[in-house]
Amino acid sequence: MKYATEHPMDSLLRADRMPHIWCPGCGLGSILTCYLEALVETGIDLKYATMVSGIGCAGRAAGYVKIDSFHVTHGRPIPFAIGLKVTDPRRNVTVFSGDGDLFAIGGNHIIHAARRNVDITVICVNNFNYGMTGGQVGPTTPIGAFTTTTPYGNIEPEFNLPHLCASAGAVYVARWTSLHARRLKESIKEALLKRGFCFIEVLSPCPVAFGRRNMFREGIDMMRYFRDKCKIVHGVDTRDVGIVLGEEIIIGKFVDIEEKETLHDHIARIQRIAQDRWWRKYGKS
Amino acid sequence: MPFSLERRKHEFILEVLNIASKQISGYEEITPDVLTGKYFMTGNVAAAEGAIAAGCRYFAGYPITPSSEIAERLSERLPQVNGIFLQMEDELASIVSVLGASWGGVKSMTATSGPGFSLMQETIGLAAMTETPCVIINVQRGGPSTGLPTLVGQGDIMQTRWGSHGDYEIIALSPNSPQECFNLTIECFNLSERYRVPVVLLMDESVGHMTERVIIPPKSKIKTVDRPKPKVPPERYLPYKPGRNLVPPMACASEGYFIHITGLTHDERGYPMIEADVQEKLVKRLCDKILKNADKIIKYEEHNLEDSDIVLVSFGITSRSAKGAVRLAREKGINVGLLRLITIWPFPEKQIRSLAKQVDTLIVCEINNKQLYYEVERCAAGNAEVHHVGNPGGRVPTPYEILDKIEGLKKK
Repeated sequence: MKYATEHPMDSLLRADRMPHIWCPGCGLGSILTCYLEALVETGIDLKYATMVSGIGCAGRAAGYVKIDSFHVTHGRPIPFAIGLKVTDPRRNVTVFSGDGDLFAIGGNHIIHAARRNVDITVICVNNFNYGMTGGQVGPTTPIGAFTTTTPYGNIEPEFNLPHLCASAGAVYVARWTSLHARRLKESIKEALLKRGFCFIEVLSPCPVAFGRRNMFREGIDMMRYFRDKCKIVHGVDTRDVGIVLGEEIIIGKFVDIEEKETLHDHIARIQRIAQDRWWRKYGKS
Repeated sequence: MPFSLERRKHEFILEVLNIASKQISGYEEITPDVLTGKYFMTGNVAAAEGAIAAGCRYFAGYPITPSSEIAERLSERLPQVNGIFLQMEDELASIVSVLGASWGGVKSMTATSGPGFSLMQETIGLAAMTETPCVIINVQRGGPSTGLPTLVGQGDIMQTRWGSHGDYEIIALSPNSPQECFNLTIECFNLSERYRVPVVLLMDESVGHMTERVIIPPKSKIKTVDRPKPKVPPERYLPYKPGRNLVPPMACASEGYFIHITGLTHDERGYPMIEADVQEKLVKRLCDKILKNADKIIKYEEHNLEDSDIVLVSFGITSRSAKGAVRLAREKGINVGLLRLITIWPFPEKQIRSLAKQVDTLIVCEINNKQLYYEVERCAAGNAEVHHVGNPGGRVPTPYEILDKIEGLKKK
């Protein structure tokens, strides 16, 4: 019997870190693969590809990729990414993190990064709860859902992530699921190549923490739900893409507007003005 | 002209700044990054100039009294030297983006005061754990909480040391004049780069807002240090293998080393290891790289120690009152000396220990409720009596207040 000694992703994954910590049925593995494949297919110089993750299940992704990667404090991958991006605009910086990290504890940063139009790509893996800590309620948990801290059902309405990002100024907003791997990969490619703040929400099954308390016992149950109930509508008004668990989910590319000046463009502009002025004041030649 | 309004605003700000830093006389060698010359400057402006002279090219901060002038000055000055100034949405984002920029290969810093410094603590822990060079200026005000935004305090001594969770060591320096704000900010960057550690410049409101003569030397006279870089090819590079002084050489992003940096306990490869023995080895080295090099780091100033049996121990603005008290006491024939700490952390244990054996009484003068006092008492270890002059913030103890204490002790 012959075994393969190499994995097709070996050049981009830290094989010595395997096995990963993600549970059976989790979507993170396929989502990370989509990102890495997209990275290769865009032809971006891997030296300049940079990944920043926060804390949580998705936050562990940075530790498995063989590019410059940073695993920072809870909720803070976006400001860290801003520091990396503006100090060398050649860097292609991607934030890969979870819904709790990016929208609860780090919610303020994503709003302001979108407003500033920082040229980064944010991939937010939404598993509807805090998986790493055992399945607590989060800002994306659908109303009525059961988690370890909502034993009587979630009483709070959930966040509509694409709408939030679009309102704050993102130039590219899309939503996919871990089932729609090819479309997700194509979408990540577009976002990586687009200048400006790009946001992609990826819905993922979480059978071990979220699913089994909410009628999705196995990973495959949630995948079946994605297959049966997801409807692709490109360019739909983001106000209408809120998720109601069990009902139809709208996915697709919602926002893809013309590129506008990014934060770095403005920084470069004021640097020119400031230097001009300095030389007029002190310059001798 | 799309930016004419902006330009006019900018010119107005320039005028204000010119008043804040009036040039008395200049040298010929002025460059955009080192404004060689003699100036009247506030401590905050001097610290900003020190940062640029040290090579700082990234600042991210959030407005807070009494440190905002540092951000204001840098917002004007950094773009002139191809640097980046960002005002972030809060202090958390500020310090985190400073770490990001540092890993981007740029010397970077932030400035804040008590409440903002409290918010930054988690990330200071991340900087200590990931060994990220960065400088944090804390212009101290009265606390706790919102406390006294516009009045002086020195109550962040212990927060600087123990603010983040877990065991770690950082460096903190405390200036007592605008000139020292300039000099020590450069020193902060140099220490931070050499030891790959967050360094705090512990200023206080009085020093930050005081205007005095500041001499900015020519660029050739300013010594700057850069972080140690790896000398091995990427395939042989271990990001956390200690080099000289127990400090690992640092490869930054986009240098082809494909690093992984995490706040989790990690081994020499930088890979997370949730194990007690890896933790012990890592934390021991993080502490040792500062403690074992303490002699090279620690700076202090002595006044009249030889013939004194009472010695004042002080730092920052309070040390200037203490110096006045030494003069007043000596006029009255009481032999008093002063040990001014420039390095607060790592604590100058050796110096205090030997001083305690040499004199009868140590009086710690500080604007807080005995934060430094307990450190001095610990190191004195019963060899000298330790007393305290201080208040919880709002005013600097006067030389007469300190003199009263000295005379009271003499009478006993």
